[in-house]
Amino acid sequence: MTGLTLLMVDTDQTLQQIKQQQLPILIQTTDWQSKYRILMQLGKGVPAFTTDLQRDEFLIAGCDSKAWLLHEYHQQSGRHYWAFDSEARIIKGLVLLALCQLNGLTNTELVQINFSQLFALPGVQQNLSPSRQNGLHAVLKKLSQQAGLPG
Amino acid sequence: MNFDLTAFRAEFAFFNQQPDWVYLDNAATMHKPAAVISAEAEFYQTFNANVHRGAHQLSQQATQKFEQARDTVAEYLNTRAREEIIWCSGATAALNQLAYGLMGTVLHPGDRVLISALEHHANIVPWQFHCEQLGVLLDVIPLDANHQLDVAEYQRLLALKPKVVSIAQVSNVLGHIQPVAVMVQQAKAAGAITIIDGAQGILLQQPDVQQLDCDFYVFSGHKVYGPTGIGVLYGKRPKLELLRPLLYGGEMIQQVSFSGTTLNQLPYRLEAGTPNIAGAIGLAAALRWLQPWDHLAIAQHKQQLLQQLHHGLQQLSGIELISQLQNNAGIIAFNIKGEHHSDVAALLNQQQIAVRAGTHCAMPLFAAIGKSGAVRMSLAAYNTPQDVARTLVAVRQVLEILS
Repeated sequence: MTGLTLLMVDTDQTLQQIKQQQLPILIQTTDWQSKYRILMQLGKGVPAFTTDLQRDEFLIAGCDSKAWLLHEYHQQSGRHYWAFDSEARIIKGLVLLALCQLNGLTNTELVQINFSQLFALPGVQQNLSPSRQNGLHAVLKKLSQQAGLPG
Repeated sequence: MNFDLTAFRAEFAFFNQQPDWVYLDNAATMHKPAAVISAEAEFYQTFNANVHRGAHQLSQQATQKFEQARDTVAEYLNTRAREEIIWCSGATAALNQLAYGLMGTVLHPGDRVLISALEHHANIVPWQFHCEQLGVLLDVIPLDANHQLDVAEYQRLLALKPKVVSIAQVSNVLGHIQPVAVMVQQAKAAGAITIIDGAQGILLQQPDVQQLDCDFYVFSGHKVYGPTGIGVLYGKRPKLELLRPLLYGGEMIQQVSFSGTTLNQLPYRLEAGTPNIAGAIGLAAALRWLQPWDHLAIAQHKQQLLQQLHHGLQQLSGIELISQLQNNAGIIAFNIKGEHHSDVAALLNQQQIAVRAGTHCAMPLFAAIGKSGAVRMSLAAYNTPQDVARTLVAVRQVLEILS
């Protein structure tokens, strides 16, 4: 397997894990300290991008911290896969939470997803700075473009 | 010496409205005392009119208040004449006017401009842009190991005879105070026109432009308790006359025909369009309000806060302080080792501590010190020892969450 394939497979495995384990806990956690602690640790399970993958073509413009998003569409299975990395742990955590709800979905499945709710983690998003919000918006826009959705 | 912190803070309605916030983003913008808010409100409520050209008494009143505001600023800076005060939207606009205005009049192809590595982008990019177009060379004073301007290099670069030297009084990232008085003297001796970016320095002490003897001094209103969207370009009269206006139209013109246009006298020549009348009145109100306070006692209070913050951060493990305590106007830039500055700021924001994170419009400074950014805490006189204590508790909490 190439490094890239390995990254996509590893990321997919971790995302499935996040979806099953951390996401339900996060939704139920009420105190902000625990919530952020979980969020901050999410990125640690996902392989970081090697420097050759931290390319400008994957860079998301409009982020406070540098962030890279990779997308692959499997022709055979008709499924979408993503990998993500960011210098900032909160952004990485929030985007991984969104990705765990999207990864491996088909076009018909993706149409059912409410993209505007992907980052709606109670108690977190409303406390992000304007530049952070812009960054997340930029990620969302790119995600929906890659998923072939309008806007 | 006398400084009643409680009374001073009570002048700011913001802290009554937002009692849960600790505001440490003063280098970005400051809160406004009641005197400023009511001066602006009074203008709009009682004598709102355009200045200089109205055929009615209201305009006359507005003009009088607006020109009185100019007098207030002129007195505050101790200028030789009121015409030496030019209103603009802020320090950025003033620096843009200077860079544009000196090109082709003072600066010609092959001439040199000298700035420093710790400048705000507003004192870098206008020079860069216009210098490149005209073939003017731009030199940069580097930093020494303590993140202060390298004095020896400054001497070497002055020997290249720059026509213009433009430097910040205080670094907006680090808070470090630059020895501008001496630097201006040396630049003048080398024959340069001197510009001080006082955006972060205006509060350091009341500037005496005659004593500083710089050719130009610029600052923004909102960094001296005044409104946003108003600022000042001070210049010695003969030097202001040299400037080619950046903007044309309105009061700055005397006579227009299609064969040619004559420009108005100073200060109007450099004030195109309807000025920010309420802003000017608000800025003057800020300076009038500020003046009677004991500035020495205020400075001492800020130094105590700075020490409390610096020492407190120093005692926490994993904190990398970038600012020095010595010669500091009230800013601490730092990082948590191994963590991104924006994560730290987000966790502080969660605890209602307002700071800024990033490169603070000074990317070349971060390149020079080899960092990708920092968290910046900037203090003002209305901050309290309790603010600092709460901030330190919050930073401890951040360290715990990130560990």
